[in-house]
Amino acid sequence: MTDTTTQPRQIADRLTSPLHDAVYSWPTLLLFVAVGLFVLNTFASPYFLSPWALSDATFNFTEKAIIAFAMALLIISGEIDLSVAAIIALSSTMMGLALQFGVDTPTLVLIGSLTGVACGAFNGLLVTGLGLPSIVVTIGTMSFFRGISFMILGDKAFNGYPPSFAYFGQGYVWWVISFEFVLFVIVALAYYVVLHRTNFGRHVFAIGNNPVAAQFSGVRVARVKFLLFCLVGLMSGIAAVLLTSRLGSTRPSIAQGWELEVITMVVLGGVAILGGSGTIQGVFVAAFVMGLISFGLGLLNVPGIVMSIFIGGLLIIVIALPILANKVRESRA
Amino acid sequence: MSEPLLRLSKITKTFPGVRALHAVDLELYPGEVTALIGENGAGKSTLVKAMTGIYQPDDGEIFFAGRKVTMPTPHAAFQLGITAIHQETVLFDELTVAENIFLGHSPKGRFNLIDWPKMNANARLLLDDIGASHIAADIRLKDVSIANKHLVAVARALSVEADVVIMDEPTAALSHKEIEDLFSLVEKLKSDGKAILFISHKFDEIYRLADRYTVFRDGEMVGNGVLADTQQSQIVEMMVGRSVEQVFPSRAVEIGPPVLNVKGFSHPTEFADIEFDLHKGEVLGFYGLVGAGRSEVMQALFGMTPSTSGTITSNGQVISPKSPADAIKAGIVYLPEERGKQGVILDLPIFQNISLPSLSQTSRNGFLRMAQEFELARNYASRLDLRAASLSQHAGTLSGGNQQKVVIAKWLAIQPNIIILDEPTKGIDIGSKAAVHTFMGELVEQGLSVIMVSSEIPEILGMSDRVVVMREGRLAEVFDNDKSLTAEALIRCAAGIGEQAA
Amino acid sequence: MKAITRNHEFWLAIVVMSMILATALRSPGFASPEKLAVIFNDSSMLIILALGQMVVILTRSIDLSMASNLALSGMIVALVNAAYPEIPVPALMLLATLCGLCLGAFNGALIWWIGIPSIVVTLGTLTIYRGSIFLIAGGKWVNADRFSEDFVQYTRIEFLGLPALSWYALAIVIGFFVLMTRTTLGRSIYAVGVNPNAALYAGINIGRTQFVAFCFSGALSGFCGYLWVSRYVIGSVEVAKGYELTIVAACVIGGISIAGGVGTVAGAVFGALFLGVMSNALPVIGVSPFWQMAISGAAIILAVIINASSQKKSRRLILRLDQDAS
Repeated sequence: MTDTTTQPRQIADRLTSPLHDAVYSWPTLLLFVAVGLFVLNTFASPYFLSPWALSDATFNFTEKAIIAFAMALLIISGEIDLSVAAIIALSSTMMGLALQFGVDTPTLVLIGSLTGVACGAFNGLLVTGLGLPSIVVTIGTMSFFRGISFMILGDKAFNGYPPSFAYFGQGYVWWVISFEFVLFVIVALAYYVVLHRTNFGRHVFAIGNNPVAAQFSGVRVARVKFLLFCLVGLMSGIAAVLLTSRLGSTRPSIAQGWELEVITMVVLGGVAILGGSGTIQGVFVAAFVMGLISFGLGLLNVPGIVMSIFIGGLLIIVIALPILANKVRESRA
Repeated sequence: MSEPLLRLSKITKTFPGVRALHAVDLELYPGEVTALIGENGAGKSTLVKAMTGIYQPDDGEIFFAGRKVTMPTPHAAFQLGITAIHQETVLFDELTVAENIFLGHSPKGRFNLIDWPKMNANARLLLDDIGASHIAADIRLKDVSIANKHLVAVARALSVEADVVIMDEPTAALSHKEIEDLFSLVEKLKSDGKAILFISHKFDEIYRLADRYTVFRDGEMVGNGVLADTQQSQIVEMMVGRSVEQVFPSRAVEIGPPVLNVKGFSHPTEFADIEFDLHKGEVLGFYGLVGAGRSEVMQALFGMTPSTSGTITSNGQVISPKSPADAIKAGIVYLPEERGKQGVILDLPIFQNISLPSLSQTSRNGFLRMAQEFELARNYASRLDLRAASLSQHAGTLSGGNQQKVVIAKWLAIQPNIIILDEPTKGIDIGSKAAVHTFMGELVEQGLSVIMVSSEIPEILGMSDRVVVMREGRLAEVFDNDKSLTAEALIRCAAGIGEQAA
Repeated sequence: MKAITRNHEFWLAIVVMSMILATALRSPGFASPEKLAVIFNDSSMLIILALGQMVVILTRSIDLSMASNLALSGMIVALVNAAYPEIPVPALMLLATLCGLCLGAFNGALIWWIGIPSIVVTLGTLTIYRGSIFLIAGGKWVNADRFSEDFVQYTRIEFLGLPALSWYALAIVIGFFVLMTRTTLGRSIYAVGVNPNAALYAGINIGRTQFVAFCFSGALSGFCGYLWVSRYVIGSVEVAKGYELTIVAACVIGGISIAGGVGTVAGAVFGALFLGVMSNALPVIGVSPFWQMAISGAAIILAVIINASSQKKSRRLILRLDQDAS
């Protein structure tokens, strides 16, 4: 970084090639972790390598990951949404409610998705319109949205979704390739393009790094953040469709605790919790890592609650490691 | 001739990309006031922080009463008896005035618990002592005006038994009378045998109060001595280096028709009845004391501030920018004073900083086109002679002057009609300063119009075609910058001295 | 007078009292001293926990692991009591508090030394602590018949008409009032939250202050671990699940600003009482308990909106409109 004085400067665009940067990145490191876990799993259980077992394993993470991609954008912009699981509950309840009036499957999907968007817009309005901190707002709406589900359902459940509705959470596009998995890949690609290849994505990064300077540069900060909340709501609504379809019923306690798993996935994927940086590739690989861990531990008959210790530990270690590495590097310099 | 109470020897402090202090020496004597003089960015505030345990020097030694000391924490400096009034008010809005004064060393009663009545009473005494009897001790600081906050900061510094008192531009936000009170306080401290370091830009203050001086330039000590033996011009020469007269580019630009007309521009609490014209090819200077409302007016013009009233006409069309995006569309851009907070995005690459407002030009249907972005950035970076290893390095790795060039490049890339520069050369090195000045000349030659907010009188006099002076949120006067306009007149107008005498 | 009407705690107290009176209109017994004592006793643990969370939030952090900490510490003393019923209960209270303190200190250390944001750390330890309950208890519950008589009675013994649980809460409230208003530590906690930069200039170690705050929230969680297990006579993985957000809710309703530096002991107490009164009042006025979640959610949102509008940054005053308030 030394100033090379005198001669008229032609500043290089880059010092390292994009390929070089991609190789020495968090997603690549995470990919090695995923491959390692995959190998461990094959040793852990002889059944793991069967195509159907692998296909089953994907259901562990696809619904959460679909929300995680939108959440990644929101967290990069410096906000957070803790109400996503509650939005799933409310969207699912609304679909169940509509079912009582005998609506058809496309309408059910529409209702589920739109409920999600409405919830996201509500969050977005409170955060951007009134300037409230998103963490408290969404702690509030988390109780509020799920609370409405409880008001409507109490201790009952909605059942009897039409057979055609089952396709979203149980159907297969081809052989062992499930509809959910295909949707997960499509959503990942879409969010990759939005975050890394569009002006909108660039605005998201600018806002996350410095909202004031972004505003001063003509970025419409409030509008972008509002849209992101709506997107997270939409993805939660879609996840509600998938999950409801897979379970075939709606209870107000559906998807309890998912918000923390979604955020863990995002952070594990290398998104800075305080905003400003992150990649969709990272979140994509992180989804597989989390899926492999829970599936592998499941094969070993480790109960879910113990699995959560691994996930929680992973979350802390993953964030601590780069910080510690930085400290070591600084103390050497 | 007594021994120095505090002696700094070869203090060095570097930050990434900036050498803030380089082997500087300083001596403070009991019962004397030493003035620390230097331009913005000369390293004065860094030195204050190194003397009060906030920064740790990379190299060098500090001797207190002849004994070598280190100050690993602000508390250590405190215990040695070094206290400071910092330039920025580092106080607590939500706490009371009394607590702001005594936080960390509150009077204690039984069971070592804080004795609030005693704390309030002590605060009362201290405030009365410094001529701030109008400030109540038990109200929250957020209900106190900016000038009064500075007095609270003074009271805080004097609330400890200190032998060394550092004052970093203590008069910047004070009124005439408050300054007089402060001066008599300094005289009293002096007669009590305290060693005082007084940092100021204002020569009248320095000559009135100080016994000795030390001059800094670009992080180095370039001279010191006894003030009585030294001419003002000699000190100015040391400050600026080489020649006394800063060289400003001369330009021959035809001033065109008005491009911006502001009428009755007002805000409920920040400014009122602002009216001025800006002509094509003109540099319009805005001068005033810190806190006179100049930046607030500019940010409102740039669409940052809601709830303003008045009419803004740009190129014959009435505009009402509700956001910076609106202002940019109208061809008005604003280079903010707080470069690191509002100007550059430190953790984004240089090219992304430059292209941020111009993405609609470089992209196609909302999709980024990197090649175009790099081309745009390369183009403006080379025009501004940006010094960087690559366009992909983070803006935060650049020096202050080069960061400023990134912000200027960002704005030129959208090809604006009007560019508002808020303290454009604050805290950047002399070389970059000259580059910015030359560049302003080029801008107006190309038909742009420039509004320049500056607190540096030489810059105002050297660059402006006309000068608007603001005082307490209102327009005080508009001067034509012909040969007859003097620094004296601007200062008097900004401080409202002429009116008070009348 | 102006100072009082501007005061969030004052209005919240009015709201809580109006809730009690309104419910009493429907069911006269609701405002009786006995019923009020029951409500206070019901709210006692939430009050204690809200005080711990308040200290953390004041320093611009958040502790999402309190409920898991409570459950883990509670399980530890439950197991110890079941295995060694002869150990006196005060020793178990101390043990629970120390367990909680260690868990809180672990959070604080990660935040202070490594510099991980508190929300991430406590999100992680939230699952780790709760998962550990399963490990130490081998997936089993500790049922009512395995507790000693003393263990159960130490929250129930009545004194002057109030159960011991309420007295613990009262003592902690008074202790925290003194801590937050009359000690250097308490004032440093405020200072760090109001303006970390200025706190640094005033010689306050920000990281250490946050660490201490997490020790407080941890120790109180641990102590509540004993109270919870003793009161509900059960130790299980499910204890206080999801309660971390109720604690944050009590603080938010109590006017404690998530941005740090603003909030009082009275606010935390009334925030917790608000939720306690509500959960007692709903069945009385014939509202299904299933409505409670939505109502407390709405209360949180409303409280945040009200706080934000009252704490709006005072506009920069440049024009001489009137003289300074003095």
